[in-house]
Amino acid sequence: MPEEALGTAPWDDAASGALREQAPWGRAWRRLRRDWTAWVALIVILAVVALAVSAGLLEHITGHSATDPNLETGTDFRGQPLPPGTNGYLLGTDNLGRDVLVRVAFGARSSLLVGLVASAIAMVIGVVTGVAAGYFKGWVDGVLGRVIDVVLSFPYLLVALVLAAVFGANVFIAVLVIAGFSWGPVARVIRGTTLSLREREFVTAAKAVGASRVRIMFLEIMPNLLSIIIVLTTLLIPLAVMFEASLAYLGLGDPPPAPSWGNMLYDASSISGYGAWWFLLSPAIALAATTVAFNVLGDSLRDALDPAMDRLVAPR
Amino acid sequence: MLRFVARRTLFAIGVIWFVVTAVFVLFFAVPHDPARLIAGRQATPATVAAVAHNLWLDRPLPERYWHFLQSLLHGDLTSYRNNENVFRLIGNAVPVDISLAVGAAILWIVGGVGLGMVAARWPRRIADRISTITSLLFFSIPAFVVGLAFLYLLFYLPGIQGIHWFPPPGYVPLSKGVLPWAHALVLPWISLALSNIAIYSRLTRSSLLDVLGQEYIKTARAKGLSERTVVTKHAFRAALTPLVTQLGVDIATTFSGVILIEQVFGLNGLGRLAVQSLVGQDLPVIIGTAVVAAAFIVVLNLIVDILYAAVDPRITLS
Repeated sequence: MPEEALGTAPWDDAASGALREQAPWGRAWRRLRRDWTAWVALIVILAVVALAVSAGLLEHITGHSATDPNLETGTDFRGQPLPPGTNGYLLGTDNLGRDVLVRVAFGARSSLLVGLVASAIAMVIGVVTGVAAGYFKGWVDGVLGRVIDVVLSFPYLLVALVLAAVFGANVFIAVLVIAGFSWGPVARVIRGTTLSLREREFVTAAKAVGASRVRIMFLEIMPNLLSIIIVLTTLLIPLAVMFEASLAYLGLGDPPPAPSWGNMLYDASSISGYGAWWFLLSPAIALAATTVAFNVLGDSLRDALDPAMDRLVAPR
Repeated sequence: MLRFVARRTLFAIGVIWFVVTAVFVLFFAVPHDPARLIAGRQATPATVAAVAHNLWLDRPLPERYWHFLQSLLHGDLTSYRNNENVFRLIGNAVPVDISLAVGAAILWIVGGVGLGMVAARWPRRIADRISTITSLLFFSIPAFVVGLAFLYLLFYLPGIQGIHWFPPPGYVPLSKGVLPWAHALVLPWISLALSNIAIYSRLTRSSLLDVLGQEYIKTARAKGLSERTVVTKHAFRAALTPLVTQLGVDIATTFSGVILIEQVFGLNGLGRLAVQSLVGQDLPVIIGTAVVAAAFIVVLNLIVDILYAAVDPRITLS
C-alpha cells in the first residue's frame, strides 16, 4: 500500500533531464541540503547524543547520583520534589530527591543504546530474510511472508509480559522483543525491492559469469539497497525508542532504580510525584523530541533518497 | 468463499495451538524449577513440593502437556494470590478492554477517515496542511505519554482549582449508565485514538487521491454526478481496501496501546491484570491472560481476513 511522504513534496525536479544524468547520491545530498527540517532534526538528535555521552560527566560535575535516593537535600521540608532551579537542580528533583537532569541524561543513554542495538539487530535479520525471500521467491518467500504476518499479528507487549514473567524483567528481553517485532516490516520493504532488483541486467550479468547465489545476494543486490537501509534504520530507531519507553513504563525493562525515560514517566505518574510537573515534563519532552527528530530526519532522507518507499508500522 | 473461510479458520486454530504450546514450553519446560517459579521465591520446600504435585510436575512431560491443555479447555486455572478462577478474573477484565478498544476505534476511524476525506477533497489547503503536521507529531509520541499529559492538564491541574471536568481515573461499568461510562473513558479513548487518527487520515487521503485520478471517476463526473456523490459513493469504496488492511495491522498495536492506556488511567483490564500478576509472581493468571488474549487476536485477525476478502473484489476466494 503506497503511502505518500509526510514531509516535503518529493520529486519536484524528477522530470528534468539534467538532474537525472547525475549520480543519485549527489542528487540526494543536494536535495537534503535545502531541507531545513532535516537539519533541525539532526541538531536535536546530536543534542540528545551529547546528553547521553555526557551523562557520567554531569553526574560527576553536579555530584548528584542518578540512582541513589537523596531525601535530605533533594526534597523540601515536606519531602516533596524540588522545582527546577532550586539548590542547583537545573531541572528539579524527583520523588526520591534525585536530579531529574542527571536521570534524563542517563535515560537518553539507555534509550539510544536500546534503540540502536535493537534497530541494528532488526535491520540485519530484516535485510537478510528480505533479500532471501525476494531472491529465492517460491516457498521461501511464502513461508517468510506467513511468519511475518503471524509475528506482526501479536501485540509486542503481551510477548514482553510473558517473557518477563519467565525470565524476570530486564533490558535484554526488551531489546529482544523490540528487534523481534521490528524486523518484519523491514523484511517486507527489502523483499519488494529485491524482487525488482533481481530482474535487472547486472544480476543477469553476474549469473552469466557464474557468480554464486550468495555472492549475487550479498555483493550485487545488497549494495543497491544501501539507501533504503539508511532510511529504514533512521525510521526504525524512533520506533525502538518508543518501544523501550513503553516497556520501561510498564516495568518490563531494567528494574528501578535504573534511569530510563519510561521508568521516570512511571514514577512521575505515581501519586507521590504527580504534583511535580517538571518531573513528568522532562522525560516526556526528551522522549518526544528524540522520536519526532528521528522521524523527521527519516522522512527527509526518504524524500531525498527513495520517495517511493512505504512507511513502517508504529507502536501505539 | 466457504473453502477460503475454512482454510483460514484451520490456520487460525493452528496458530492458537502453537501459542498454547509455546506458553507451555516457556513456563513448564524451559525453567529448571517451574514449581519454585510459580510458588514464589520465599516459598518453603513443602509448598514447592505441593505446587509441583499440583502442576503434575512429577509426571512425564507428554502427560503434563495433556493435563495443561485440558485445564485450559475446562477453564481450570486458579490464581495463586487469591485462589480465584483465572478465567473469572479475565472475564471481569475483558469488558474494560472492549469498551476501550471499540470506543477508540470508532473515534479514530470516523475522525481519521473524515479528516482524510476533507484533505483529499481539497488537497494542499488548510485542513490538509494541519493534518500533515499533526500526523507526524502524533505518529511520533507514544499514546501513553499523550494520556499522561491529558491526565495532568485536564484532570490534575483543574482538580487543584476545584474544577472537576473528568471523574478520577478508573473504570465505570456500562451498567451504571452510558453517560458515566463514556465520561470516564473519554480521555483514554482520545489518547488511544490520536496517533491512529493521524495514520488513518494520511492513508485515506493518499488512497482517495489515488482512486480519484482513475478513469471511472472521470466517467462518474462526466455523467454529471455531484462531487460529493463521486467521493462518498464511487471513490470511497475503492479507497477502503488499504484501510481494512491497516485495521488488520492495528489489532495487535491497539492491544499493546490498550495495555499502556489501562495503566495510565487505572482501568482494570487485561493488561493491568497481567502486569499486577507479574509483580505478584501470579503465573497462572499470566498464562491465562496470554492464551485468552492470543486467541482473541487470532480470531479478530481471521474476521479481518474474511472482511478484506469481502471488500476487495480483486481477491479470488479459493
